Amino acid sequence: MRTSLFITCYNDTLYPETGRAVVHLLERLGVEVEFRPTQTCCGQMHANTGFRGEAFSQAKRFVRLYQDAESVVIPSSSCVAMIRDQYPGLFEELGNETLRRDFAALVPRVYELSEFLIDRVGTEDVGAYFPHRVTYHASCHGLRALHLGDRPFRLLAKVRGLEQVPLENLDRCCGFGGTFSIKNAEVSSAMLSAKLTDVLATRAEYCTALDNSCLMHIGGALHREFAGMKTIHLAQILASTEAVPAEATL
Amino acid sequence: MPHPVMDPTLAAPFPKAALPMLRNTQLRKNVGHATDVIQAKRAHLVAEKTDWQQLRSAASAIRAHVLENLGPYLEQFESRCTAAGGVVHWAADAAEARAIILDLLRQEQASEVIKIKTMTSAEIQLNPALEAAGIHAFETDLAELILQLGDDEPSHIVVPALHVNRSQVREIFARRMGRTDLTDDPKTLADAARTYLRQKFLSIPTAISGANFLIAETGGVGVVESEGNGRMCLTLPRTMITLAGIEKILPRFQDLEVILQVLARSATGERMNPYTSLWTGVTPGDGPQRFHVVLLDNGRSSMLARPVERQTLKCIRCAACMNACPVYRQTGGHAYGSVYPGPIGAILTPQLMHLEHAQTLPYASSLCGACYEVCPVKINIPEVLIELRARVTDLERKQPARFLDPMFLGMRVANGIFASSGRFRAAQRLGRIALRAFTGKDGWIHSLPGLGARWTMTRDLRGLPEETFHEWWSKRNKPSSNSVSKETVAR
Repeated sequence: MRTSLFITCYNDTLYPETGRAVVHLLERLGVEVEFRPTQTCCGQMHANTGFRGEAFSQAKRFVRLYQDAESVVIPSSSCVAMIRDQYPGLFEELGNETLRRDFAALVPRVYELSEFLIDRVGTEDVGAYFPHRVTYHASCHGLRALHLGDRPFRLLAKVRGLEQVPLENLDRCCGFGGTFSIKNAEVSSAMLSAKLTDVLATRAEYCTALDNSCLMHIGGALHREFAGMKTIHLAQILASTEAVPAEATL
Repeated sequence: MPHPVMDPTLAAPFPKAALPMLRNTQLRKNVGHATDVIQAKRAHLVAEKTDWQQLRSAASAIRAHVLENLGPYLEQFESRCTAAGGVVHWAADAAEARAIILDLLRQEQASEVIKIKTMTSAEIQLNPALEAAGIHAFETDLAELILQLGDDEPSHIVVPALHVNRSQVREIFARRMGRTDLTDDPKTLADAARTYLRQKFLSIPTAISGANFLIAETGGVGVVESEGNGRMCLTLPRTMITLAGIEKILPRFQDLEVILQVLARSATGERMNPYTSLWTGVTPGDGPQRFHVVLLDNGRSSMLARPVERQTLKCIRCAACMNACPVYRQTGGHAYGSVYPGPIGAILTPQLMHLEHAQTLPYASSLCGACYEVCPVKINIPEVLIELRARVTDLERKQPARFLDPMFLGMRVANGIFASSGRFRAAQRLGRIALRAFTGKDGWIHSLPGLGARWTMTRDLRGLPEETFHEWWSKRNKPSSNSVSKETVAR
């Protein structure tokens, strides 16, 4: 089994350890990973801020780059949601029939990481070891756009040594929202404050998610407040083993 | 608190209007508590309907069908309502609607009117226009009465005084009704309102209502409510004037079967609302003998032409979206500067204003999708928000002043960067060097200038790592690269 990793622009720049973890995890499971070096961004930031023309060029770029891939795996639920929910409208609005068709053929092979593991590889137990108390934050796009359901919990349940702590108000947004966190920084901060109350109440060591953008937001506040809790992408927990614990890759 | 601004042409941009709300601890406590209670009731009653998703689909289909055939249905409504003894008026905008209603009230020689809760009358700012013409409007809905006596404005479309708690109600009643004997007990407060309102119901012969539905097939009008004040207004007066947006049409009487089921559950978390009033024209010897319907366009028909935005008009005003919204939860309704707050307001208000005002409202959302999930008529609010953001951006592109706006500049530069992987790699390297100056000894950034300060005001940001994923991958997969064991250690 082969897959092409779309790392996403911000993971590439800010969270390379997540990408490294995806590679190690998938290779451990016998998946051959390729990385197309000309990839950049899916266009989510531009689309969600109202820059539709710009988003279109990035969407087109994505389809052209991956149309021949066996499958594409993306460790970011909001970028997958951008591709699935917004690309069709963009291509239709611009009346580009070829692109629309190529996209329709590609999109069933585009996976968010937990989807790829459970639906494509067909495994819940990835052989991970992470002896820590962990709470899972359900990113809005993973929850309501991708309908990931219990996939992340099933993956976490099979991690040896890991203690899952449920998070109150799991379905409530952390307030990141991309440029929302800048344009409406005060409201975003108020939402984050409410989220932090729930996250800290778990007394977990780590808050994990399938989207580093939420974790950048939550983790940024945890760090600011010396709260004594860290954030970690789920890929890094799943890549973690006795021999190479996740901490060594941070 | 200063008096809330509910006129989108005068309201401050959302981020600015939200600030005093965020600082108001009492308001945030009230809004959080009230939305929690309603949401829990809704969730309980939705869960008991095993066919909830089918009901949603049916309700959505009915409303979509109406919008695709609105013209013929409105004409059908007009002819059936007229045949039943009603008089139908058409108002292109708020000013025309106000003029029609004022004219009707003058014909009635009315100096006072009683009102059932109608958000549409707030949309056209009817009460101030009535006051200016020497006509006093008495709000008879308990929440609207509280707001009117407290010189306040609605912050929610179903529970307009959601931001007020019972101690505040007691204080308002004591001050405005002279009732210093009241306690915080809800029953005592409701009794006080009842005593105050009963004389109005019995003495004022002219009433104004909104409408939940206009039934095309029968020419009938429907109002749902919880308190019975509406039933009083609909039966006791001599003259009834109903103001309704043109989108309130339902094709058939039978459609109520679906709509009433989803509306009550979504709005108040009840299986059925306590009072559902339906009337058709006039009936000699029973109820109002003069009946007028004012059909309001006020920007609605312009929304019909746009396939994505059109769904906004499917709304049946249940307010489930605002109860579920994490933004509304923090700010309450007044920050939206319109009688329509929350997610539905964020898409409806700018469109009613033809995007000339309320341009910050489509950005007043983290696009979390909680609104879409609870919407009983499946309005994809995030999709409409993004559509409106694109239209606002297209308008702003034409403004020379925006050319150097940091957000615009950043978006244009980013687009150039993402168009080429070479430029993207160069930008990553440049960013790493540039951010070094702001990165502390702990490897984190605590303070950034410019737009970045909007982030670092409450959050740190981890400094950029020395190696991007792309760089790591290139090194690892160089044909000349060393053994696997060495690479594992470097991991």
